[in-house]
Amino acid sequence: MAQYGFHFDGTRCTGCKTCVLACKDKNDLPNDINFRNVHEFGGGSWKQDASGCWTTDAFTYHVSVACNHCDAPACMEMCPQGAIGKDEATGEVFSDPEMCIGCGTCANSCPYGAPKVDATKKKSVKCDMCADRVAAGKQPVCVEACPLRALDFGKIDDLRAKYGTDAEVAPLPAASETKPNLVITLPVNAKKVGDTSGDEQNPREIK
Amino acid sequence: MTDHGKTAVSRRTFVKGSALAGLGAATFGAASMFGCSSPAPEKPEEKPEQPKTPEAEPERVPTKASAAPMDDTVVWTHCAVNCGSCCALQCHVKDGEIAYVESDNTGSAELGEPQLRACLRGRSIRRWLQSPDRLNKPLKRVGKRGEGKFEEIEWDEALDTIAAEMKRIRETYGDEAMTCHYSSGVCQGQVQANPVKRLLNLTGGQLNYYGSYSSAHISAAGTYTYGGGSYGSSFLTIQPGQLVVMFGDSPADTRMGGGAHTHDFAYVRETTGCRVINIDPRMTDTTCGQGGEWIPIRPGTDGALCAALAYEIINNGWADEEFLHTYCVGYDEETLPESAKGKNASYKDYILGNGPDGTPKTPAWAAAITLIPEKRIVDLAREMHESDPCYICQGYGPQRRANGEITARAIMVLPQLLGQIGKPGTSDGRREGSMSVGLGMIPTGENPVKTNIPTFEWPNAILHGEELTALNAGVQGADKMSASIKLIWNYAGNCLTNQHSDINYTHDILADESLVEFIVTSEIFMTDSAKYSDIIIPDLTSQEQLSISSDGYSDNMIAVIFGAPVYESKFERRGIYEVCADLADRLGVGEAFTEGKTREDWLRQIYDECREKHADWNMPTWEEGYKMGVWKRKPEVNLSLKAFVEDPVANPLKTPSGKIEIYSEKLAGFEETWELAEDEVVTALPIYDPGFLGYEACTEEYPLQITGFHYKAHTHSSYANNEVIQTAAHHVAWVNPIDAEARGIKDGDTIRVFNDCGEIRIEAKVTPRVIPGNVSIPQGMWHDADMAGDKVDHGGCINTLTKYRPSPLAKANPQHSNIGQIAKA
Repeated sequence: MAQYGFHFDGTRCTGCKTCVLACKDKNDLPNDINFRNVHEFGGGSWKQDASGCWTTDAFTYHVSVACNHCDAPACMEMCPQGAIGKDEATGEVFSDPEMCIGCGTCANSCPYGAPKVDATKKKSVKCDMCADRVAAGKQPVCVEACPLRALDFGKIDDLRAKYGTDAEVAPLPAASETKPNLVITLPVNAKKVGDTSGDEQNPREIK
Repeated sequence: MTDHGKTAVSRRTFVKGSALAGLGAATFGAASMFGCSSPAPEKPEEKPEQPKTPEAEPERVPTKASAAPMDDTVVWTHCAVNCGSCCALQCHVKDGEIAYVESDNTGSAELGEPQLRACLRGRSIRRWLQSPDRLNKPLKRVGKRGEGKFEEIEWDEALDTIAAEMKRIRETYGDEAMTCHYSSGVCQGQVQANPVKRLLNLTGGQLNYYGSYSSAHISAAGTYTYGGGSYGSSFLTIQPGQLVVMFGDSPADTRMGGGAHTHDFAYVRETTGCRVINIDPRMTDTTCGQGGEWIPIRPGTDGALCAALAYEIINNGWADEEFLHTYCVGYDEETLPESAKGKNASYKDYILGNGPDGTPKTPAWAAAITLIPEKRIVDLAREMHESDPCYICQGYGPQRRANGEITARAIMVLPQLLGQIGKPGTSDGRREGSMSVGLGMIPTGENPVKTNIPTFEWPNAILHGEELTALNAGVQGADKMSASIKLIWNYAGNCLTNQHSDINYTHDILADESLVEFIVTSEIFMTDSAKYSDIIIPDLTSQEQLSISSDGYSDNMIAVIFGAPVYESKFERRGIYEVCADLADRLGVGEAFTEGKTREDWLRQIYDECREKHADWNMPTWEEGYKMGVWKRKPEVNLSLKAFVEDPVANPLKTPSGKIEIYSEKLAGFEETWELAEDEVVTALPIYDPGFLGYEACTEEYPLQITGFHYKAHTHSSYANNEVIQTAAHHVAWVNPIDAEARGIKDGDTIRVFNDCGEIRIEAKVTPRVIPGNVSIPQGMWHDADMAGDKVDHGGCINTLTKYRPSPLAKANPQHSNIGQIAKA
């Protein structure tokens, strides 16, 4: 059993969303479904001094995240149909369309919001690590798309050896919840999980 | 976890393992070709097939079809819009349609290695090309002009009409009445609007334009300061640990491709650990999680900040007088030209308060203008002095204003004062530099007309062309215009309304059929500008035609992309070269137009000439290039003004003095002779001038400044109708929480933004990333208003709100100089 995963470099990401759109193109996703999302997390306040000048402690960073093909996938555990499996060869978490009834329990239970319900197909759909590309010796399309090379993909053990073991940052959940196969190089000004000094700055863009 | 799941795993392994076995080792052996930043993922482990037994297979277990082999046809092409860059696209084609798009994955994928990776816009080109809104057949206007009512016609009727109108209008009004309008919808590739210009030149000529909506002000500033050009040194000259100071420059927002400046800057930051200070009304995407410091500044006041930094530099004895005395004109009395001596007319006198205004440009003075605390200005000057080298650059944001040209010049003075020019780690206060392969274009031929007007003056040239002169409108090549514009050829352009200023005002000019008598547009969509056409012809995109292109603006590579048509042309769409050749036949210049060559013949000739010019670069042949898709090479790092600094006598600049002109005698002359309004400043020195419609113009009714910015969801107005991108990156007005709260506006509310020019509706993004008092709106969304009714723009195009008034010197677009108000809709 090999477990594959993603690496995200928060010090390179500018929030451009090329990963999001490359994924949507390759998987021909409708407007209201993203398999990968870029969260803009930020906060800070403004102060005006006696002369009218402004100072601010505003901060912002971006986090790109897709399905983390977790070791303890909440979607798989909660699926009432038992329609979600984990591939032994790659660790991919996948849904069987023939068993899925499109109830959305997976979408609601995943703390990353990775599985979606396709209203047309009435099925759960999600990131498959670009299995076809990986089988052809390529990187997943999001990884190969990033203009700033802020994403990487490979065996999670290799990624952890190369990039470390950080796997959580606000606004993502604690890694202990589902044991994601994700490595994060923390952005400058990274806030801890549960941080309340900032909040999600682009909630309407998360699909 | 249930047993159910575990069973699922074993079943899945069986199915997938069987399928993968068929792919063979050769497929995976190719992985190294892709040179991924980490090794390409190994082939998932295969398990020996297990005998299938009824016991091992419960009734319902999750299974998934194995990965289908990737066997599409791949066609290379390129994005062609005007972000300044040009990225490669590999289109996977099935059954005559694009299935999905890859970009440049040749060579190493490591940061710093050149790959022309398309941004989100290029990656979404499939849905744009396949849009049901594409134009497919020639159209003739049937309603009033601008009403948007058209009927389909045959190509012959369209071409006959265009040729007849070109002939009639030229004969009636003369050659200067003929124009090819400024456009940039097709801004890459070696064809662009050139066939139209070639046709116009061959039939008598056309009015010339100078300056663009992007950079007319900084072009003028570059001309009067350095003798030409908007570009300084490459980012790649930046040295370990040094300081980088950027004014209104955000490569992450503007040049977003993997071969473009955003990539080059990311690479430089990571490898040099340079300290970045970004001065901007917005916290841009260049200073988010990557580090660096954002200094928020009140829009339009960069010139005041520069003056105060100069004050600190001069007052503390940090000015590099040797540099200034050797290379520059007008820093102090000693270096002023004779005509200016004895008048306290030097830059130093202006800064220290010895000039005519008597005001020392202290940090306290500038703090009240810029809203940057005095101490931060003092500290910034010291940091700039202490960093050797210091890289100082500007983007196009500060200059796209009423005071744009003088602001751009003021920023350029800082590296001059510090002597931070011409050595590694420096630039010259202009925009970051760029390298190019130097591919030619389809030639436009000689234009018999010499009259050349600022691009932004075109509405005045329609209304009263004969009154425009060198002194009141910056006319060049002639003292005055001899005719008003009567015919507009609009190739792939949205600058009639959407990307021009004050749409409601411009609407009235274009809708008046007695002014411009004929407007023809070649387009792929019914843009807001296209609606004002008399004839519209349906174009093929660059991806649908043979097209070679250089890589646009980037630091770390020189490249050529070899683009083929991704599929057979559809409907009745036709390329502009072939269309203009047909028109040339009708106008009796067919042979002169084509010289017997097809589009492909021209492109081959252009490529072969480039290849011969660079014999030592080992460029591929045309045929080899088309097998490669993209050819790349790493250039030398470009260091601006190096030759001049090494030997200013042997390598003088193209300024009148041959030196860097802080004081411009030529501008001093303009100050005397040009016809300017009370609030318009053209002056020899790069002083701080607030310009019209700056913060000082704010009123109780319109207390906010409204600025635009370049946004990831579209390139100008190109791709702004591609819904998949707009859904992922909303069109939003950035409003500071302080301004929002005062008006009861919450994040996500639809708001009205309005001023004397008009009103738009837009979603509010309430964010601390913009300075209070400034509402910032992405430029480029499509205007959407009932022009016969309330004219409220529900598309949220900022140019519903921008004033039509040319700037004093460049006579250019002041599109970031606006005041207005916002309210919950």
